Amino acid sequence: MFKKHILTTPEVSSLQRQKLRAAFWFLAPMLLVLFCVAAWPLLRSIYFSFTNTSLTNLYGGEWVGFKNYLTWKTFSSGRTIYSGTLADPAWWNAVWNTVRFAVVSVSLETIIGLMVALVLNAEFKGRGLVRAAILIPWAIPTIVSAKMWAWMFNDQFGIINDMLLSVGLIDHKIAWTANIDTAMLSVLIVDIWKTTPFMALLCLAGLQMIPRDMYESAKIDGVHPIKVFFQVTLPLVKPALMVAVIFRTLDALRMFDLVYVLTPNSKATKTMSIISRENLIEFDKFAYGSAQSTLLFAIIALFVALYIWLGKLDLSGEKS
Amino acid sequence: MTNKALFKKAAFYSVVVIIVLISVFPFYYAILTSLKTGSDLFKVNYFPSSFNFSNYIDVLNNGQFIRNTLNSVFIASTTVIFALFLAVTASYALARVRFKGRRLLLMAILAISMFPQIAVLAGLFELIRFIGIYNTPWAMILSYTIFTLPFTVWVLTTFMRDLPVEIEEAAIVDGATPWVIITQIFMPLLWPALVTTGLLAFIGAWNEFLFALTFTASETMRTVPVAIAMLSGSSQYETPWGLIMAASVLVTIPLVILVLIFQRKIVSGLTAGGVKG
Repeated sequence: MFKKHILTTPEVSSLQRQKLRAAFWFLAPMLLVLFCVAAWPLLRSIYFSFTNTSLTNLYGGEWVGFKNYLTWKTFSSGRTIYSGTLADPAWWNAVWNTVRFAVVSVSLETIIGLMVALVLNAEFKGRGLVRAAILIPWAIPTIVSAKMWAWMFNDQFGIINDMLLSVGLIDHKIAWTANIDTAMLSVLIVDIWKTTPFMALLCLAGLQMIPRDMYESAKIDGVHPIKVFFQVTLPLVKPALMVAVIFRTLDALRMFDLVYVLTPNSKATKTMSIISRENLIEFDKFAYGSAQSTLLFAIIALFVALYIWLGKLDLSGEKS
Repeated sequence: MTNKALFKKAAFYSVVVIIVLISVFPFYYAILTSLKTGSDLFKVNYFPSSFNFSNYIDVLNNGQFIRNTLNSVFIASTTVIFALFLAVTASYALARVRFKGRRLLLMAILAISMFPQIAVLAGLFELIRFIGIYNTPWAMILSYTIFTLPFTVWVLTTFMRDLPVEIEEAAIVDGATPWVIITQIFMPLLWPALVTTGLLAFIGAWNEFLFALTFTASETMRTVPVAIAMLSGSSQYETPWGLIMAASVLVTIPLVILVLIFQRKIVSGLTAGGVKG
């Protein structure tokens, strides 16, 4: 790409040419490494999804077309049986779980994050300490926070049940992580606790770029604070907020470790990543799991394309 | 001060206190639990009741945990050094040289860092088996590059874009090649950015779970997150909560201290990665 550019524009100075040549050699090692660790494995995974490869026989797979995705067989009785991931209720359950998790967690994190950011944007004594405190959940490894909360959510000896019982909000102990009705709620609580700081800090960075005199003139004009928020603050932090939201959504759609540790084997919280790893590694349905991971990749790619197209988002940061 | 203003102030500070309490309490409770043993564990306390360090002694005496920590340290630092080494020159090219397709390349790099890791798991598994590094630290070092490298390139590019053009122009007039510009002129200016980026990438590699879980088979090769997730008691129904909390506190305290020391830099690094002002 770079060489062609040099050849077709002979008028560029030798200095420019030297710079372009250097740029090529500076980028080449990184691109080569990224090809080996990202592009190649991705292509191989997609290829595996069209074969019947198994974990024990990685090179013995044969091409089977879309069999892992969807296939059907019509019997002489006229009955048609569908099989493959797209006809698998367990897969659709995982898709639904993931989407539900992503929508709820990202919306709540955005709202709470914005509120925390508004608090931190006010000037008060001890602001630095509060900012340090909210960084703690972010710094704790996900696995550790999952274990910490699993202990707090423990049905017999957990502090959450103890608190709620003593306040009188519940009348019996709840098995938060094991119960099918509350498993998703506990995953959401831990995720929101852990990632709201990230949201809050990104929102805070956006808020701090708003010039103070804007608020002062609004105050002089006697505009109600809530109106100021919706008509001045929100439109101005929106670009920063949108970027934070897309980052968080992508992260939520690929969620794996929290569920793996906090609510293992619960049907109510199985995500797409969990179910495809199960098939890939644990159930020896390597090709089937590859088809599921490829579908997850396709869903995320589609989401990003839609988001960029609808939001006309400038993620590369070059225009600003 | 009027009553209304006083009330407002009290409401504001109670919100602040709630935010701090919710943020800090789970970690505080983990420390509290790690100091309890036996039947004490099953009594809920809100304040320290005993200071029994036997959980910590048990975790540290169990040779496995130290081994796992060393694995994590080795893997995370090697990955970060490797990524930074490649990223410094690459981000110079991306931030300072105009060429066709630069925006596209930047977007592709960002896309890779936001990749669902499960999508490459099958292919990586094959690659790692093929090279013969399954169940060694190199499997993790190779696979972690998929997120540390794009991340460091991205953040360093935004930092490098902000360096003054005049310095570079003056160097070019003096006949400096791009290599000299990077190593002699930009590197000294970039040190703070390198530390921040390296630290964030280190935390990412330290906390990674999916690859470490999939590409290790024996207990000695596990990284810390996998070891903590797999810690089990003598029987299937008995979870050693005291031990788990002690191990958790041990691996988290260094991170929390690092994060608190580099607080301001981390915030600027995160915002450079996420939002470009």
